[in-house]
Amino acid sequence: MIPLNWYLILAAVLFLVGVLGFFLKRNIIALLLSVEIMLNAVNLTFVAFSSQHAQIRGQIFVFFVLVVAAAEAAVGLALVIAMFRNRESLNVDRSNLLKW
Amino acid sequence: MIEYLTSREFLILMAKMIAIFGGVMTALAYTTLLERRVMAFVQMRPGPNRVGPFGLLQPLADGLKFMLKEQVVPTNANVLLYYAAPIVALIPALLSFSVIPFGPDLKITDVSVSLLFVFAITSLGVYGIVLGGWASNSKYPLMGAMRASAQMLSYELSLTLSVVGVLMIAHTLSLGHLVTSQQGTWFGFIPRWNIFLQPVAFLVYVISAVAETNRLPFDLAESEQELVAGWHTEYSGMKFAMFFLAEYANMVTVSCLATILFLGGWNGPMFGPWWLQMALPTVWFVMKISVFIFAYIMVRATVPRIRYDQLMQFGWKVLLPLSVANILITSLAVALS
Amino acid sequence: MIQILFFLFAALAVGAAINVLVQKHVLYSSLSLIVMLTSISALFVLLQAEFLAVINVIVYAGAIMVLFVFVIMLLNLPADPSDEKETDRLRWLKFIGIPLGIFLLLLVGATVWNVGSAANTTQMPGTAEAIGQSMFTEYLLPFELTSLLILIALMGAVVFAKKDL
Repeated sequence: MIPLNWYLILAAVLFLVGVLGFFLKRNIIALLLSVEIMLNAVNLTFVAFSSQHAQIRGQIFVFFVLVVAAAEAAVGLALVIAMFRNRESLNVDRSNLLKW
Repeated sequence: MIEYLTSREFLILMAKMIAIFGGVMTALAYTTLLERRVMAFVQMRPGPNRVGPFGLLQPLADGLKFMLKEQVVPTNANVLLYYAAPIVALIPALLSFSVIPFGPDLKITDVSVSLLFVFAITSLGVYGIVLGGWASNSKYPLMGAMRASAQMLSYELSLTLSVVGVLMIAHTLSLGHLVTSQQGTWFGFIPRWNIFLQPVAFLVYVISAVAETNRLPFDLAESEQELVAGWHTEYSGMKFAMFFLAEYANMVTVSCLATILFLGGWNGPMFGPWWLQMALPTVWFVMKISVFIFAYIMVRATVPRIRYDQLMQFGWKVLLPLSVANILITSLAVALS
Repeated sequence: MIQILFFLFAALAVGAAINVLVQKHVLYSSLSLIVMLTSISALFVLLQAEFLAVINVIVYAGAIMVLFVFVIMLLNLPADPSDEKETDRLRWLKFIGIPLGIFLLLLVGATVWNVGSAANTTQMPGTAEAIGQSMFTEYLLPFELTSLLILIALMGAVVFAKKDL
């Protein structure tokens, strides 16, 4: 039997990896991938709690997180394609024209 | 844990795994021979009949040939992905046999969501094609890989939606329970198969399955006349054999699913002494799968190829609305009965 | 036995996630993310949520990541070496960011250290039936709203990726 806190700590480690990836990477597709890592860590937390308290509610919420992640990935990648067409580079530091 | 590894149920499980895996691999090898012979007879020529009686040792000769060929890697190819792509194509194709029931007890495992497990594993098989085409660093494989994976994704939708009607009738996602829900007969002689309840879903499923496994008439992505050989152009020897086996394994998997979902799986008339009754369900199952594989090969031999834009239009504009309409009508019928 | 599986899949998930950050070429990062997604699905199975595990593989690893891999292959990017030179002025922030992140992790770990070590006795089935019963009665409105959300995302993606608006 695996205690609940092992799953929570694993999810926290994954979330940390996602946050670090989001702050440290320059490639915009890598930023989207880090967001997916964070969302998966949150999914793991939800399912761990739902298994602990024997309620189905956690898994239902994971469903909705999955749907939102799918929609966000689709629109995000369309934006990446549009951005790449205009600038020929995926470096986010090149998209700083509005910065003062 | 040691006492589990030497217990009787683990040994029976090992025996079942060896039997099913060995049987599946032999069936795959002989499906290649069957395809070549049937297509040859349709084209009025004998086909391979030199190696052994009726060509029965031809798969052995083919296997030896594949193992002894020179290993060629194209220039500037991505070596890691180039070697990984056939493995990524073959493992999902073989993994889906772990939940298919070949008989009332002859299955490796059965989870409560085994049908979705098979769909999940086949959707991971797309990566083998995509990586194989991209890692070859050559234009025909890349085009073939993009076309093939776009086609597989589109037809996966109508494939999974077309079986929802069957799931609503059977109230289960597990393949073992889907087979046992089709036992018995109506009026004493019509078997209680789902094909009589869901004919439209059966047609949509079969067409989507042919498109999903990249077979004629939907094989524009890998045909000789169009793209040399599609995504496996630059592969030779054992790596090509793995792609080849993966394609035939996918074919056999969707045939197994079609019999389980629509033709009643291993159900069939039972007769004879107890040892015959133990083997008879597997015999019925293998016979039903053979009907589908034979139909696959005959369609390949007779029907012309569909152009790629016609293919995508057909998948999105005809099959997908048909399967959604089937879900609506089936859910109305189930709710009103 | 379950603990061996847990440690195996947890190590695989964390290793793949770190590999996502470490790789220079973004295609290798996507492939590592696929490995991470399948190991998280295996962890879901260990938590008796098998329906969610296969849905995770079908939706995330089988559809969303295929979208990522397609876009990366169509844009045909090399591993960009000019990324390093441009951002010199932010390089030193890494040395504050990573220790701060580890401190946050230790904070979270200390908070959850004593949570629920008692094993639950009621086994909740993670089957499709259990999820369906709750989803279509109590959560029907969010379910319909998510279908609307997906429709809007579909239209948005088509509009953004068109060449001539």
